[in-house]
Amino acid sequence: MADLPKKLTIPAEEYMCSGHLACQGCGAALAMRYALKALGPNTVYTVPACCWSVIDGPFPFTTLGVPLFHIAFEAAAASACGLAAGLEMVGKEGVNVVAWAGDGGTADIGIQALSGAAERNDNILYICYDNEAYMNTGVQRSSSTPWGAWTTTTPARHFKNRPKKNLVDIMVAHQIPYVATAAMAFPEDLVAKVKKAKDIEGTKYMQIFASCPPGWKMAPEKSVEVVRLAVNARVWPLLEVERGVYKISRKPRKRTPVAEYLKLQGRFSHLTEEQVNEVQKMVDNNWKRLLFLEESTHEMAGIPLEGAKAASPKKIDPKLKADL
Amino acid sequence: MPPMAMSLGRMSWNKTGSWRNVTPVVDYEKCTRCMLCWKFCPDLAITCTEPPEIILEYCKGCGVCAEECPVKCIEMKEGL
Amino acid sequence: MKEVVTGNHTVSHAARVGRAQVVAAYPITPQTQVVEKISEFVADGIMDAKFIKVESEHSAMVACIGASAAGARAFTATSSQGLALMHEVLHWAANARLPIVLANINRAMGPPWTIWTDQIDSLSQRDTGWMQFYAESNQDVFDSILISFKVAEQVLLPAMVVLDAFFLSHTAEPVDFPEQEVADRFLPPRVAEYTVDPEHPAAFGGLTGPDHYYELKYMEHNAMLEAREVIERTTREYGDLTGRYYKMVDPYRCEDAETVLVVSGTIASTTKDAVDEARDNGKKLGSVKMWTFRPFPREEVRALLLGKKRVAVVDRNISFGQEGIFCTETKASLYGRDGAPPVRGFIAGLGGRDVKVRDLLAIAEAAEEEDCPEFNWYGVKP
Repeated sequence: MADLPKKLTIPAEEYMCSGHLACQGCGAALAMRYALKALGPNTVYTVPACCWSVIDGPFPFTTLGVPLFHIAFEAAAASACGLAAGLEMVGKEGVNVVAWAGDGGTADIGIQALSGAAERNDNILYICYDNEAYMNTGVQRSSSTPWGAWTTTTPARHFKNRPKKNLVDIMVAHQIPYVATAAMAFPEDLVAKVKKAKDIEGTKYMQIFASCPPGWKMAPEKSVEVVRLAVNARVWPLLEVERGVYKISRKPRKRTPVAEYLKLQGRFSHLTEEQVNEVQKMVDNNWKRLLFLEESTHEMAGIPLEGAKAASPKKIDPKLKADL
Repeated sequence: MPPMAMSLGRMSWNKTGSWRNVTPVVDYEKCTRCMLCWKFCPDLAITCTEPPEIILEYCKGCGVCAEECPVKCIEMKEGL
Repeated sequence: MKEVVTGNHTVSHAARVGRAQVVAAYPITPQTQVVEKISEFVADGIMDAKFIKVESEHSAMVACIGASAAGARAFTATSSQGLALMHEVLHWAANARLPIVLANINRAMGPPWTIWTDQIDSLSQRDTGWMQFYAESNQDVFDSILISFKVAEQVLLPAMVVLDAFFLSHTAEPVDFPEQEVADRFLPPRVAEYTVDPEHPAAFGGLTGPDHYYELKYMEHNAMLEAREVIERTTREYGDLTGRYYKMVDPYRCEDAETVLVVSGTIASTTKDAVDEARDNGKKLGSVKMWTFRPFPREEVRALLLGKKRVAVVDRNISFGQEGIFCTETKASLYGRDGAPPVRGFIAGLGGRDVKVRDLLAIAEAAEEEDCPEFNWYGVKP
């Protein structure tokens, strides 16, 4: 077997196969691909109703190279808790137990079970891949849909006029050891965070921003670029919260205006200039809030801000270099 | 035969290459072997080799590889 | 070893002696003592199990599903609103072919709020694919749970053991607990196949079209039918070890009975006194206790009831717009058969209203009237 290319910044080994049913350019497929690389084969997944229930393929086939236990919509976290307890009782030590759910199954119908698991600090890794709507059932709004977005239940003349539910802060409030955000446009960061999370004892929560070309009404080839823009425009900040201490993973020096991010997507095309400015204001305020949280939580914990370790990798891919 | 709906095989039989209507074509003269195309393919349809190769039987023609290529050596051509 | 113990604590002991490995449960009156006792067992290290203190009954059943799918012996207990909340995933447990055992304290459904007993909560779940056993006494509760673990793990279907709120859950009765070694001989550790296991990766429960779903249901139903023989075999085995033999349909003074009362739960116990009293007064009364409701023991019901003069079914439940559920199912077993007796249904005891010996005698008498209606609501206040 030939030597692997030297420029690899993420592990080469794959734990899923081609032939899956994701749409062209699916962000959720990329998110899964990277998460699996970080987790390795000693892993079990439990997946509630969401795109991945279907992407994995129909019975009697599967896409993942690790077990996938399908479960009811609201139940991902509880299923993971049960699996974790059961695996331990039958003597299978050290298995990564992952609940892998969309934003609907996390922020809405699944939030009770997630909150319960986090309050108990059960030893599970909960990963929400967030494409900001109920995509699997045809793009209906979720509480994770951002302000201003079109969905089939928030048509343009009645667009979603409530802010995106802040799951990060909700999970931080549960006082669990690790909360983080990631995005499939930044695979190295995602892999590093999942690797870190899986070795922590207790409940770990990660939210991975994942583009959805059909649901966001955009060209599939821009699938990675749009998420890159989201992060650089600070619409989706990459961060970690370890034991309540906030650490922003990536502070884009060049401030990308949100308009650049929004204009790639048909789901925002109805917004007026004024409304786009509203979005910019929300994003700016949220960023200020995060900077404040970063500073104050570091201070309370007695950790100097500069010295804090981020999960960001040493290898930086060429595209990232351009922005820093 | 398991009594419940348990998978017996993988999805690799499903040649999703039939989905596309544009096809990536790589200019290997320009290719710098940066591996970004391999990294960003949602369908794992690019080999992890130097140089990377498109696995046409699975490629859905999404165009992410062409978009992400820093030297723009991949062109999405009409047809299969 | 005999102890005087409440129904709830009997359930806890059965989970302990049955070596449940993962218990996920949420408190609800009148089940709370079950989980409190299990908590103590686990904390004191006399029960080697993980007790997940879930935040709802729905999550309780889901956690049991996850644990059982991983290969562990999973157990839970609930009642009424809690069981109803689990309903969605009761289907999941059975369709996933997981041998979970659940103890349900029969409690009436609200509104209005009620904590007293009737069977609508458990009977509402009759189509979910769960086996169901209706306990008459605390001894019955203990034995049924142990038997359920074994049967469930063999046929790969979950089972619920059902006991009346307060009449059993909070009433102390003498219960003979088998020694742990005897129980272990009867119920060895679970040997699970088709588990969620990183060494044998597979997807469980993926999207299944009409081409395959139908056959999966066929297999599930057959497992229920197979359960009948397994129950017979297992109860015999249990009887040989403990001296207590359980029958899916248990007759009492039926051989020459003219009128047979079909009963379940604690009413079955009271009915024996009613039968004795009637017999003392020269009446040929008998009773049949429905211990197993799912799989419905049609053969046994036919064997006992065909050729009898008349049957009166006492239902501590109602399917609104139809009749009592045991009544419907009994009639269905007898339909079109030679010697099928007239079957009259009597609703009694909903919401915990007491059903006394004299009530059962009155029901038997009413059933003897020529013009007794097919469906009767016993003792409704004007």
